[in-house]
Amino acid sequence: MPLSPDEIRALQAKARELRCLMIDVTVWAGGAHIGGSLSAADLLTALYYKYLRIRPEESDWPDRDRFVLSKGHGGVGLASVLADRGYFPKELLREFNHFKSPFGMHLDGAKVPGVDASTGSLGHGLSMAVGMALGARFQGKGWLTYCLLGDGECNEGSVWEAAMAAHHHKVDNLITIVDRNGFMIDGPTEDVMGLEPFADKWRAFGWGVREIDGHDYAQIGEAIEAAQQAKGAPLVIIAHTVKGKGVDFMENAVQWHYGSVDSDMAARAKASIAGGA
Amino acid sequence: MAEVTGTTWTVYDANVMTQADIYGRVLCELGKKDPRIVALTADMAHSTKIGVFGEAFPERFINVGIAEQNAFGIAAGLAKAGMVPFVSTMSVFASMRALEQVRTDICYQNLGVKIIATHGGISFGQAGTTHHCTEDLAIMRALANMTVIVPADGFETANAVRASLGVPGPVYIRLGRGFEPLHYASEDYDFQIGKAVQIADGSDVTVICCGVAVYHAAEAARILKERNGISVRVLNLHTIKPIDEAAIMAAVTDTRRILTVEEHNVLGGLGTAVADVIAQSGKGCVFAKTGLPDCYSEVGYPEDLYSHYGIDTDGIAERVLALLGKEYEADEDWEDEV
Repeated sequence: MPLSPDEIRALQAKARELRCLMIDVTVWAGGAHIGGSLSAADLLTALYYKYLRIRPEESDWPDRDRFVLSKGHGGVGLASVLADRGYFPKELLREFNHFKSPFGMHLDGAKVPGVDASTGSLGHGLSMAVGMALGARFQGKGWLTYCLLGDGECNEGSVWEAAMAAHHHKVDNLITIVDRNGFMIDGPTEDVMGLEPFADKWRAFGWGVREIDGHDYAQIGEAIEAAQQAKGAPLVIIAHTVKGKGVDFMENAVQWHYGSVDSDMAARAKASIAGGA
Repeated sequence: MAEVTGTTWTVYDANVMTQADIYGRVLCELGKKDPRIVALTADMAHSTKIGVFGEAFPERFINVGIAEQNAFGIAAGLAKAGMVPFVSTMSVFASMRALEQVRTDICYQNLGVKIIATHGGISFGQAGTTHHCTEDLAIMRALANMTVIVPADGFETANAVRASLGVPGPVYIRLGRGFEPLHYASEDYDFQIGKAVQIADGSDVTVICCGVAVYHAAEAARILKERNGISVRVLNLHTIKPIDEAAIMAAVTDTRRILTVEEHNVLGGLGTAVADVIAQSGKGCVFAKTGLPDCYSEVGYPEDLYSHYGIDTDGIAERVLALLGKEYEADEDWEDEV
């Protein structure tokens, strides 16, 4: 069922709140992968506030949907969402990156409730997500596995090993989303190592493809609902996003792949987020 | 080949079945009892014999093609979802091609994935150095949470595969290619992960070994006793990690001469692990390591290679005799210390 205008407005408001929290955590952490967290913020909001079947109070509920953040450097974004969703107190995020904190840039599933896979090394998440989805199939379980990939990450050959296997083994209880923000650390993806024709690559591997605006909730909702219904073959949602989305001085600026934010900058960032749609 | 259906293996069966054959059969037996077991391979269903499980339980068997990284990543996901994955490929690919998946996806997350790596060491000698693996024990013992086992023969393989199910975390079991001589006459002996098996007692020198070297060390001990009147203790240190410190230190105390033998680079494997234990104890002894002397392996039939590197009966006997000619530093207080 498509998202209603009220649902969309509520999700947009939540995403503004979460983007502000991500800015705060970036200040507390002394630096974070803020650009790619902001680009994924609307995708994470749609998943965690609408689509994932989860119980934050029972983070290891066996029948929960699984979420694998294959672009593990988006940890500051995911941790903010998990805290807001009630997996742990937001106050804990003040220790982000500090000595013996449960939170490092790349989240450890053994230390952070709600993290279904410890990720950080790129190109690992899709294989693990395929394994989880097969595990659900073997046990006759109805829960779904969601996997969020970065676009630069798709340079890794292991992503395509997993893509080949997901098609061959007809893994259709897996929902894969690529945060196609167009940047990696060294620059635009098409300058560093071109991915285009990106959708055709997935199609050639036997996947269904939906290309959407990753900041448009109506499109995000429609694509996720289509992927939930996929039968016989996996489906990837290529979500075209803006790196640094919501903060005017971070948008499409490669230096904000990873950056530090002081309190003045944070205030400007939050003003920009509040002024956005 | 004799049909083997139960838990009892005859010497005949074990002589005509490779370690991997036995592994495949044992896995089937375990799979019947435990529906959580799932098997994965990377186009090595036949070579590793994990395909035997695939024939019995096609719905719980995944071949990912020639894509080892993906095999171990999927195994991690399956373990996360509550399954018990066994993954088989050649040891060189399990320990190096897919190392980061083994380290980050499996060991870091402490998942109960059982890696049964075949063609270990120089057991596939004629295939050439790309298909040899003389580094895996060093690599695997450096991974926190990992248990590392090198069975002596087919019977010990059966014991190790069964026992691995009782380990909650990851386990790496290194097999040969098969056709290795049998040391044991049956599965019926005290096999426990982390406990060395003393297969010959002795007071002059101790040979600490694993894998195919166990058979040869036992033979060497027998010959040295008969021919030279030398009393050689042989420890089958099938578990490299966690290591049996008590058995090693008992050998140091009782014999004060230690020779390690392994089908591996002498750097980082069994010999190094034993040396760590001895060095940290503060006790002195005569010590030597046999294996590949920090080089890439020659090509040839395994028996010729074992002979070349001193991992066979004659080679071990020679090295034991050499060790007896060396003296440890005189220490008049030794008796007081022990």
